[in-house]
Amino acid sequence: MTLLMFFVWLAVVIAVSIALAWGFRAVATAVTQGEMQRALRNAPLTAAFGMLVIFVYLVVAILAPMIAPFPEREVVGSQFMPWSAEHWLGTDALGRDMFSRMIYGTRNTVGIAFATTALAFLIGSVFGLLAATVGGWLDQGLSRLVDVMMAIPSLIFALLLLTIFGTSVITLIMVIAVIDSTRVFRLSRAVAEGVVVMDYIEAARLRGEGLVYLITREILPNVTAPLVAEFGLRFCFVFLSISALSFLGLGIQPPTADWGSMVRENATLITFGDITPLLPAGAIALLTVAVNFVVDWQLYRASGLKE
Amino acid sequence: MADREVLLNIRGLKIEGKSGDDWLPIVNGVNLTLRKGEVLGLIGESGAGKSTIGLAAMGFARDGCRISDGVIDFDGIDLRAASQEQLRRLRGKRIAYVAQSAAASFNPAHKLMDQYCEAPVRHGVMSRSQAEKDAVELYRKMQLPDPEGIGFRFPHQVSGGQLQRAMTAMAMSCRPDLIIFDEPTTALDVTTQIEVLAAIRDIVEQFGTAAIYITHDLAVVAQMADRIKILLRGDEVEEADTETMLAAPKHDYTKSLWAVRSFQRAEQGAATDKPVVSLRNISAAYGPVKVLDNISFDIHARRTVAVVGESGSGKSTAARVLTGLLPPSRGEVLFDGEALPPDYRSRTREQLRHAQMIYQMADTALNPKLTLRKIIGRPAAMYLGLRGRALTERVRELLRLIELEPDEYIDRLPSELSGGQKQRIGIARALAAEPRFIICDEVTSALDQIVAEGILRLLDKLQSEFSLAYMFITHDLATVRAIADDVVVMQKGKVVEQGPKPEMFNPPHEPYTELLLSSVPEMDPDWLTRLLEERTRKGLPQSADQ
Amino acid sequence: MAHVWRMIAQRLALGLLTLFVVSIIIFGATELLPGDFAQAVLGQAATPEAVANIRRELGLDQPVYMRYFDWLFGVLQGDFGTSLAQRGRPVTDMILSRLGNTFFLAIYAAAMAVPLALTLGVLVALWRNSLFDRIANSTALSAISFPEFFVAYILIFVLAQSGYFPSMARMPAGADLGEKLYRAFLPALTLTLVVTAHMMRMTRAAIINLLASPYIEMARLKGMRQSRVIVHHALPNAIAPIANVVAINLAYLITGVVVVEVVFVYPGLGQLMVDSVSRRDIPVVQAIALIFAAAYVLLNLTADVISTLSNPRLLYRK
Repeated sequence: MTLLMFFVWLAVVIAVSIALAWGFRAVATAVTQGEMQRALRNAPLTAAFGMLVIFVYLVVAILAPMIAPFPEREVVGSQFMPWSAEHWLGTDALGRDMFSRMIYGTRNTVGIAFATTALAFLIGSVFGLLAATVGGWLDQGLSRLVDVMMAIPSLIFALLLLTIFGTSVITLIMVIAVIDSTRVFRLSRAVAEGVVVMDYIEAARLRGEGLVYLITREILPNVTAPLVAEFGLRFCFVFLSISALSFLGLGIQPPTADWGSMVRENATLITFGDITPLLPAGAIALLTVAVNFVVDWQLYRASGLKE
Repeated sequence: MADREVLLNIRGLKIEGKSGDDWLPIVNGVNLTLRKGEVLGLIGESGAGKSTIGLAAMGFARDGCRISDGVIDFDGIDLRAASQEQLRRLRGKRIAYVAQSAAASFNPAHKLMDQYCEAPVRHGVMSRSQAEKDAVELYRKMQLPDPEGIGFRFPHQVSGGQLQRAMTAMAMSCRPDLIIFDEPTTALDVTTQIEVLAAIRDIVEQFGTAAIYITHDLAVVAQMADRIKILLRGDEVEEADTETMLAAPKHDYTKSLWAVRSFQRAEQGAATDKPVVSLRNISAAYGPVKVLDNISFDIHARRTVAVVGESGSGKSTAARVLTGLLPPSRGEVLFDGEALPPDYRSRTREQLRHAQMIYQMADTALNPKLTLRKIIGRPAAMYLGLRGRALTERVRELLRLIELEPDEYIDRLPSELSGGQKQRIGIARALAAEPRFIICDEVTSALDQIVAEGILRLLDKLQSEFSLAYMFITHDLATVRAIADDVVVMQKGKVVEQGPKPEMFNPPHEPYTELLLSSVPEMDPDWLTRLLEERTRKGLPQSADQ
Repeated sequence: MAHVWRMIAQRLALGLLTLFVVSIIIFGATELLPGDFAQAVLGQAATPEAVANIRRELGLDQPVYMRYFDWLFGVLQGDFGTSLAQRGRPVTDMILSRLGNTFFLAIYAAAMAVPLALTLGVLVALWRNSLFDRIANSTALSAISFPEFFVAYILIFVLAQSGYFPSMARMPAGADLGEKLYRAFLPALTLTLVVTAHMMRMTRAAIINLLASPYIEMARLKGMRQSRVIVHHALPNAIAPIANVVAINLAYLITGVVVVEVVFVYPGLGQLMVDSVSRRDIPVVQAIALIFAAAYVLLNLTADVISTLSNPRLLYRK
């Protein structure tokens, strides 16, 4: 029976998603114009769905205190209260309002993941572009260092570093950002390498241009498109890594509302057939799916435009 | 010819290609008739749709293309109506294909012999052992070295010219009625091209195979084809017997193709002033590989030195040494009699300014994300300190110099220009530095002939206007004839011969120069036959490859 | 063939060197510890005498390279030192029983995922842009986006709630293979779902890339059947890219194992590692990190060697 119900629910969710995506695309096409409108009109429904989800998450994250009916950390009821009109999603193991914590979780989890990704990008792309442009020993040195760091699986490396530095939000951000910046380094170096071999870069070098001009004016404009797509993919990875760590109890620490730890704290309910702990996990999955859909579309467009 | 049976009959062929969500026409209603044993030359510049038509003759359309209309009738079979299975049985057996790049079209994982035997064995024409014997026979006919052994090598162990012949032999394996040759010699050096052309012609004649020979080079097709059809942007321009076509082209476009080779700048006599740039005993190497061996030559103001040679001759490396990208292992580069620092990073801004470069591929030479205003303006701002209105005025002036309307073009991106216009921007960027010396690296090789001629005329005009010294790197002797004052012939990193142009184009020659000069196809259907006879008579090698 | 063996020997040497540097990183990272190892173990409230005791006991008064080589030689002899949290217990003891369980789970999942993903990836590449391709692609993209614990709990909710499979994957000693396969089914399925999606997408990309080669077009123009084009012309050239895809994803399994073991309370290395991280039991974490890293390096090395052996350009030189 559960299996059957599961598929019925799955079908309903997919149908509703398609309808929402279709509606969102219609609205988006109506309010935009020009090149943007053309792109949106040809966007697949998956991409439209992705954009809608990202948009909703953004609104919720920004307006969290206004939307949430209860404070983030206050105990407002007894523990594990069922869903009710007052507590829409019931209460957690300590008696805090689940729905409000979900709302605040948007801000905390997504915000921390975003900050981490941004930091990873800053580190990775600066060194990647430098390595590709300068070449020689700097390139060799950085590339070998990154090779070795990537020889340790990222989650394992993160666990090792967290053991040593302890678990606080700042160390979490730093550790994940540094580990992930190796992947950004690889990509930005590879992409920049493709640009650096172009004759216009040779022409600029022969003109006597300095390193900063070369990177910012000649190379950067040609690598932004793949880097933006990579930002989306990296965000997904970082977001999933942080959630996994939080779920393991080693990431974002209580009492901060965070989706990964919320799953962990309330996991026991699942064995009683209560799906509430699945909701924060679903929220993570939904955002990652959405970002992936949009990135996939952008990558497809980029490859199509080349021909 | 006219009395022979018709083999291939194409009527009103239309082919479309997918661009984004739209289908755009590539070929708009082409007719084509080919009789048994006849060779038809299909000529056109890039984008004319000639390869697409060639594949359509096999009932094949590449991914992203579709045959939208017309009739393709091969020996009574309607290829558009034929099932995939019927087409499959025709391909390789009755219609074969020879691709432009043999190196990419042979499967790297299998030996040549396995790939040769595949079609005859799979189509049930002959047994494996028969096919192997047959292959050796054909390899011998194609004048491949070691015909018994070459089939047991992998593609990467065989040179480009030999691979192209092995591919022709493979196409012949089932003795097809029709072979499509899709630019089979375009990727080859001129001296290698001869042997492939000769081998293809012999074997097609010997087996009486009909062929469609696709190329952009008129002189090449004149050697191969009985009839020539000219295409322009998917439309048919005209068609005639080879002799008639060469003697009396009717259409203006066809005439213009002929006219390209007519440009020739005025003779100047020998140089008298001091050279602007001199290379003195330069040797250079990439790691352990020696690429330049003790080369020296001078370049004077208002004169063009053409450095000519085939791939691997070291001509582009000479330019890299000049610009300081590759410091030489020995020798020096002089500018106005003074030695330049070997590495460009140690050169002064003034030294950099006076040596500018124009590249072969305008597509990769212009930053796709910068507007023409920025591309052309940057050297002017950097070297000459121009700012604001003065800079804009200068950019406009440069655009006028290269014959582009400033108001229309100044804020465009390179992607909004045609190939020839992009190359002009490359020239404008070089001029913006107000240099005394410009290196032109195969600047016309990637362009269609008519466009190339315009570029050559422009460079010539600018040279006299600004007293520029040109070093012109090229593999194309027609270009050398058109623009050079002095010629440097290079082979395997050495200068074989050098001197003023009139001397270089008149005998006596060094043997390599002779080979190079005589290998350039001429607009004469009997040229190849004559050349081969002459080489046999003199006991010269048929090519440089053997 | 001599140069091939030399090439493979070079790769092996490089792999060993990588492992050596990795071991330095794993050991050296503890040197970054703010304050002192001993301080960290005992906490802020520890008396100076206790700290000094621990320091002596752990050999912290010796220079760092001495301690590193002591540790390394120990590791090479299968001695990972002693646990901090369970004082005096050899780390090797704690790891040994769990090592087998973790590899059992990883191989179980790989045995399901690799054939499934490769088949799906090739099919989707052949039928690209069809409805099947789009659905498979969207599904795979979604599956990639799901955190492992989400997939795991959905499976528990759907399959374990109904009593088909146990949600707690305890491994009683002496259980036979069938029993083990049954008990570890849900964790293995979770890993399979997550890894298959990745592997399928990468296989698809590799095959599509390959099918665009001029020599594939040539095979078609020679009138070869689709099956022959795929088996005879595409497949021999696909070995290298597919070996890489498989290696990357099996390496990914290692990471996935950690979370999945926690969800299903599976007695493997991942669970031990997570427990040890929260107890800050550094010798145990180091040992497990080294084992996972070694497996990872070994996988990539294998893919590298397979690529070399499948490339005629490297096998038969000019």
